[in-house]
Amino acid sequence: MFELVDLLVSLTFYGTAYGMVLYLLAVGLSVTLGLMRFVNLAHGVFAMTGGYLTVTAMSRLGVPFLVAVLGAVVVVGALGMLLERTLCRRLYSAPILEQVLFSIGLIFVSIAIARYVFGPLAQPITLPGWLTGRVNVGIGVFPTYRVFLVGVGAILAFAIWAGIDRTRFGASVRAAVDNRRMAESVGINVNLVFTVCFGLGTALAALGGSLGADLLPIYPGYPNDYLVYFLIVVAVAGIGNIRGALAVALAFGVADTMIRYFLPGFGRVLIFLLVMAVLFRNPHGFAPKIHA
Amino acid sequence: MTSTRVLDGLVIAGLVLFPILAPGYLDLGTRVVILVLCAMSLDLLVGYCGLVTLGHAAFFGVGAYTAGIFALRASAEPVFGLLAGGAAAGILGIVAGVVLLRSRRLTLIMLSLATVLIMQELANRLGWLTGGADGLQGIVMAPVAGQFAFDLFGRVSYVYAAVVLALGFLAFRSLVDSDFGKSLVGIRENEARMRAIGTPVDARLRTAFVAAAAMAGVAGALQAQVAEFVALNALSVEFSSEILIMLILGGAGRRYGAFLGAPVYVVMQDYLAREDPANWYLWIGLMLLAFVFLAPGGLTAWVTMLAQRAIGKRR
Amino acid sequence: MIRVRTAVAAVALLAAAGCGSAPPPTKAVKVGIVLTYSGPDASIGEAIDRGAELYRTLHRADLPEGVELQLIKRDETGPTPDVAKRLARELIVREGVQILTGGQWTPNVSAIAPLATEAGIPYVVMSSGTASTTRLSPFLVRVAFTTWQHSYHLGKWAAANGLNRVSTIVSDYAAGLDAEDAFVQGFKGAGGQIVSSVRAPLRTADYVPFLERIRRDKPQAVYGFNPGGPEATRFIKAYHDLGLAAAGIQLIGPNAIVPDDELKNMGEAAINVISASHYSAAGDRPANRTFVTEWKKAYGQDTVPNYFAVGGWDGMAAIFAVIREQNGVLDPKRSQEILTHWSNPDSPRGPMRIDPETRDVIHNIYIRRVQQVDGELRNVEFATIPDVKDPWKELHPEGNAGTR
Repeated sequence: MFELVDLLVSLTFYGTAYGMVLYLLAVGLSVTLGLMRFVNLAHGVFAMTGGYLTVTAMSRLGVPFLVAVLGAVVVVGALGMLLERTLCRRLYSAPILEQVLFSIGLIFVSIAIARYVFGPLAQPITLPGWLTGRVNVGIGVFPTYRVFLVGVGAILAFAIWAGIDRTRFGASVRAAVDNRRMAESVGINVNLVFTVCFGLGTALAALGGSLGADLLPIYPGYPNDYLVYFLIVVAVAGIGNIRGALAVALAFGVADTMIRYFLPGFGRVLIFLLVMAVLFRNPHGFAPKIHA
Repeated sequence: MTSTRVLDGLVIAGLVLFPILAPGYLDLGTRVVILVLCAMSLDLLVGYCGLVTLGHAAFFGVGAYTAGIFALRASAEPVFGLLAGGAAAGILGIVAGVVLLRSRRLTLIMLSLATVLIMQELANRLGWLTGGADGLQGIVMAPVAGQFAFDLFGRVSYVYAAVVLALGFLAFRSLVDSDFGKSLVGIRENEARMRAIGTPVDARLRTAFVAAAAMAGVAGALQAQVAEFVALNALSVEFSSEILIMLILGGAGRRYGAFLGAPVYVVMQDYLAREDPANWYLWIGLMLLAFVFLAPGGLTAWVTMLAQRAIGKRR
Repeated sequence: MIRVRTAVAAVALLAAAGCGSAPPPTKAVKVGIVLTYSGPDASIGEAIDRGAELYRTLHRADLPEGVELQLIKRDETGPTPDVAKRLARELIVREGVQILTGGQWTPNVSAIAPLATEAGIPYVVMSSGTASTTRLSPFLVRVAFTTWQHSYHLGKWAAANGLNRVSTIVSDYAAGLDAEDAFVQGFKGAGGQIVSSVRAPLRTADYVPFLERIRRDKPQAVYGFNPGGPEATRFIKAYHDLGLAAAGIQLIGPNAIVPDDELKNMGEAAINVISASHYSAAGDRPANRTFVTEWKKAYGQDTVPNYFAVGGWDGMAAIFAVIREQNGVLDPKRSQEILTHWSNPDSPRGPMRIDPETRDVIHNIYIRRVQQVDGELRNVEFATIPDVKDPWKELHPEGNAGTR
């Protein structure tokens, strides 16, 4: 009995760590989709870019881990804003097909560039000493790195919630989502909100990619491999539902981990069927629209 | 309209003339024909219904595997295999449609991705039936209609595939030109309004979905029979993306998109992959981006525009 | 004016044709190579291609006078047998190749093999480890390796060296199941006991749940198999993160779990992993030292050849033998004879030869341990099992209904 409880606790922990990374990867997409209705399948590209920047800064320039992550996040956020202003903006009113085509084109180009510059293999990442090894967190002994992921994820989730719920900018975002015309007539610069939001979304993706680099290795196939997972989080939570995204990501992480442990044979099939069952009941996810 | 009849006629003529004009390229021609059929079936969903999916490989692959397994275990008669493949894909279309068609846009894309991944995983696990990752081997097709045996040079394959495509095109045509087809376009343009005027939107979409699935299944069955081999790549997300790209290149919802997009894509891939295989992704990616901003209607729109300019000049 | 110029040109041409020793006519031997040059698995195709090209460049002078080797490359874009079959057909019908080579994926090889039979030309398979591949066509000769050579003998070695209780974890696809079968047969046959068997789906992002189960079963060692590439790195990282090594659970497996070129990406997590393979870049043989030096010169000091590269190298060596011994004029039957009796006693992997009965490769299998040598992580060979034939074919002689 004790063995079973211990096992479940372990699996829940590992699932939570995995879910946190998925949350970070997905939340930015949820925001941009909810706000701009822009179907960006290339979201993983920003995560991958963040990962590559972090790893390169650490290995070539000797920059410490957290500094490298911060740098990568800032750079990718800026790139995201630039991309939004130049290209994405022109596609907001375009049919979904064009947006999908644009995303696929972006994915292909970035895969090719990544392969050319970094080669096809996974990037080696040497975690700083304080993240290696294992640590006792009361309920069990777990790898320090994963404990870090859970902790940082929780802090960031809170920060995002606070940002949306408690700041003026967050209020502008919510207003722009609910009613763009009204928001504009009240004096909110919706275009600026869009740009900054897109930048934040890509920055968050970069954060997820960098922090999660030891869990989900950075290699040119990254945007394709994990795409379906953060699409699941966004779709099941409901587009724009940020708090829901956290719950769904964690639930997915834990469910996936448990299924893989107890029923490894049917791993992927079962989790997808589960997702389909959930969406069958709630085709728009649990609660669309940006919530705190 | 007479001009569409003329163009339709040209398409059929093209199919007939190809083996005469390029007898050394029948293999490539057969491959293009199969891809055109698949892209055309996707056009029904993407172009005419406005439903963007990345899951079409599921139907193609199910059709391919069904036809292959059918040939190995039931009968090696090609036409029966085609029907079996189309039917199996159609059934998947009914089942999947129930879940998928309740969603739109991103959710639909994600669910379609999940469908392909599920089918691919099933094909991988049921190795005793599908050959698993090594593929379904040892298929030997009986001669078509008892007379025409598949040969090394691919002549029979081409004619067989081309006839199926021609029939498929006729079916596509009649569907698209009918009131049913026109209502699909209405649903694409404004679903809410169509519901408001009483159109049975869900039923129509489901019918179109099944029809597209069945047609893709037939294309897959053709592939299995002509190659005498089926592998997991027929059920891959990569293949789904390729078909979508081909269709968009040609122009979705414009009747001939598949006929323009598939050959252009295949020829380009052949040429670019030969010159610089490692950077194929870069070129195709840049080209897609260029198309989005410069030629949103695909090649058909571009060609139409050029033709109209030419006619204008002549007057 | 034009007439004078044409006349002068004509005279000049005639003079040039007449005087001086005209070079002997160059006989071009066309060899078609079908590999994956694009997409996620391009690194393997690239390694094989590089190995082959390196041999070709270094041994250019070995070709008979006036004979030229034309290598026609085609990209199969991945495990896509329909594309591979079409490309092979084009190479045979349109380009008129006299030898086919490449062979990176089992489904693709299975699709191409009947074409080789139909056209009657030799097919030199440089990669692809499925045991029954050589039975697909009498014209198929494999210079690579078989999964059973690695895993069956690893199983025997483990049982004989104190590892009696082992769990297995393999990727759930044909090659993974094949590897599991090979290991279990060798291991149990030598008296070992399998504690548990786990199968992980392909492209698993997080191996932790699977390895957690193994950790709780407390075997002495865990045998792992995955397709290599980033998946191998994820696997090793999870093994390390869970502290399995510290808990005394030794990780063993075939070469695929510690490919030479991925070692530096795996970092210290890979140290002490024991693997079985026919080739290691750290192999201490004169032929290998030359191979690695030339490789680094040609492709960069920080690159390392792996067992795929050696397949390309030896494949090209075999093709060279065929061309040399027939002086550039190839007769299919004679080519086949040469190939099935070919041997390379001085291959970078050690001595190797082709078994005329099975047309498969016979070479040494080495047991290696990952160690830090000169600041680099290497697979250091510490035990050798000499002259290994493919165990699967020995256990399933032709005529048996075993399909794999």
